[in-house]
Amino acid sequence: MQQILLIGLNHKTAPVSVRECIAFSDDETAGTLSAFRKRENIKESMLVSTCNRVEFLLTTDSAEKAVESVKSVISENKTLPVSEFSDYLYIYKGEDAVRHIFLVASSLDSMVVGEPQILGQIKDAYRIATDEKTSGVILNRLMHKTFSVAKRVRTETGIGDHAVSISYAAIELGKKIFGSLHNKQTLLIGAGEMAELAVEHLIRNQATDILVANRTFERGVQLAGQYNGQAIHFDEIGRCLETVDIIISSTGAPGFVIDAATVKTCMRKRKNRPLFFIDIAVPRDIDPKINTLNNAYVYDIDDLKDVVDENIEDRNREAVKGRRIVDEAVITYLKWYESLDVIPTVVAIRNKMKQIADAEVEKTLNGLNHLSEKDTKAIQKMTEAMINKILHHPTLYLKGNGCKTDKSSAIDIARKLFHLDD
Amino acid sequence: MEIIILAIITCYFLGTCAYFAFLILQKDRFYRLGFILMAAGFVFHTGSIFYKAFDSGFFPAHNFHEVMSFAGWAVVGVFLIFNARIKLKILGIYAAPLATFIMAVCYRLPDEIVRTKGVLSSFWTALHVVIIFLGEASFALACGVGVLYLLQERAIKRKRRGFFFSRLPSLNLLDSSGYAFIIAGFTLLTIGLAIGFIYANAIWGRFWSGDPKEVWSAITWLVYAALLHERLAVGWQGRKAAVMSIIGFAFILFTFFGVNFLMEGHHGEFTKR
Repeated sequence: MQQILLIGLNHKTAPVSVRECIAFSDDETAGTLSAFRKRENIKESMLVSTCNRVEFLLTTDSAEKAVESVKSVISENKTLPVSEFSDYLYIYKGEDAVRHIFLVASSLDSMVVGEPQILGQIKDAYRIATDEKTSGVILNRLMHKTFSVAKRVRTETGIGDHAVSISYAAIELGKKIFGSLHNKQTLLIGAGEMAELAVEHLIRNQATDILVANRTFERGVQLAGQYNGQAIHFDEIGRCLETVDIIISSTGAPGFVIDAATVKTCMRKRKNRPLFFIDIAVPRDIDPKINTLNNAYVYDIDDLKDVVDENIEDRNREAVKGRRIVDEAVITYLKWYESLDVIPTVVAIRNKMKQIADAEVEKTLNGLNHLSEKDTKAIQKMTEAMINKILHHPTLYLKGNGCKTDKSSAIDIARKLFHLDD
Repeated sequence: MEIIILAIITCYFLGTCAYFAFLILQKDRFYRLGFILMAAGFVFHTGSIFYKAFDSGFFPAHNFHEVMSFAGWAVVGVFLIFNARIKLKILGIYAAPLATFIMAVCYRLPDEIVRTKGVLSSFWTALHVVIIFLGEASFALACGVGVLYLLQERAIKRKRRGFFFSRLPSLNLLDSSGYAFIIAGFTLLTIGLAIGFIYANAIWGRFWSGDPKEVWSAITWLVYAALLHERLAVGWQGRKAAVMSIIGFAFILFTFFGVNFLMEGHHGEFTKR
């Protein structure tokens, strides 16, 4: 009976310095898998590698040897001594391994719970494994189950519902104000990593028109070029407020860059169309009093942080539901997996044959009343002997004399041939 | 007749439940269920009004019972028409309970036949009433949208998002839907009032007779005219527009009920005992 084995490291167990040394590119993954194929003690394998984790998923007859193989393959591939990384590895077997891969794919083990990329990354990893022909019956079934579990967790819980980054939270708020951000004009005041990230999110949401105001005009021009926008002078901001819809501010200015009086006058000129200020500067750029004006909304960095914290809490609450779905799926998968063992399969085939034979014998004997009890016994004995003879070779084959290489798939086929599982 | 009204109330009530389930659980199937229930109730409701009209030979707005029933019908009708056109799924949480409430009141009112003078049972009177009721139903929905707008605006301004923030649509959608209801309501009210004045002139020889209902209708019309004017000229949108549509509806309610119960006039027949 092959064992499912998972060896890996992730953001919780290993520092980034180790993770970046061990990350595998797609080509390296393919190479590693074909190296595994040559190892006798590894039957099926696949490898998931992202910036936050590396996971080796294998089936093996001998867990200890397989672990050693994996370590040596990592060490060879990355030219790292085993001692450099082996302390960071976790090793899960059987049920734990199944649960772990389900949790990972459902994004319940991610750094940001509910982030959607991981499922795609696992799908890619599985595709490489099927291309390399290193996944067999057990992993194929496991992966299909993994994908369906991940999908269920995503649709039945709210783990992916709300934004958990500052810039994305700002975009979500923008959508609650404007509906769609399509064709909304944005003014970026100053520059900073988070502000730029927010602008990128905006562009992805089709807010096409970007204006950039920076103290040093050259830098403004440069930034504007990046977003196909237009640079304006710092003292033009007041005039721009009449047309723009979203203002993202992150200057290093000590006082307010935009005050309430300016906004109040411009509101009349812009016919009260809503204005959304995103203030990510510390100290703040936007006068918080602006939030009390009609149709003007101001969110500063702390407000956005609160939104994010609240959303993370929501996601963690939803994650509990997700874990329950995963637990259910682990049970169904293991039920199938355990049926792959030889003895239960042989017994099940025999029982099925016996059931059919008994039913048919009884039917026949009902019409043959002249037979003595001895005759009846003889007929029953004969059918049993026939079952034994018919099942002799299949049993031997399944027990390993004929199918040394891929026992699991032989058992799987046998179960399908005799229709043992519903 | 009573049994049909009970069937209508049941449909609207179950529709209300479905819409609240949609509000809380955010599952689209509840929204669809709510819509189907409201539509089913509306079919019964339309049937009951037609039946009454054929039975009595007049447009059924003779007593307070019939007037309320017709008001409920207008609210649901306008709601269903708009629901198919705008993506404001959440509006059901206002319209469905409102319709249920109106019908429950209607059920409690005695349905005694009051024969009115010939003047008030002509085609033109019926048209005048139908159009004004549809307009007032639009204003009722505008008021509901205004309330939803204020809830959502409050959530965003106070930065304490809570129950409604994620469940209500964007401010922009609420504002533009409210505006659409106001436009529809104002157009219908204007046409309805015009028909009334022209018909009054035709039979009484004067457009304006100083009847309190006429006066208050004119005031209501001016309130909405002001709201629309300010919106177009100065850009009154968002909070101010929402508050105004609620105030405007208060005027409607007074014109509708207050005038009949507190003042005398030729519009008072249906509430006379």
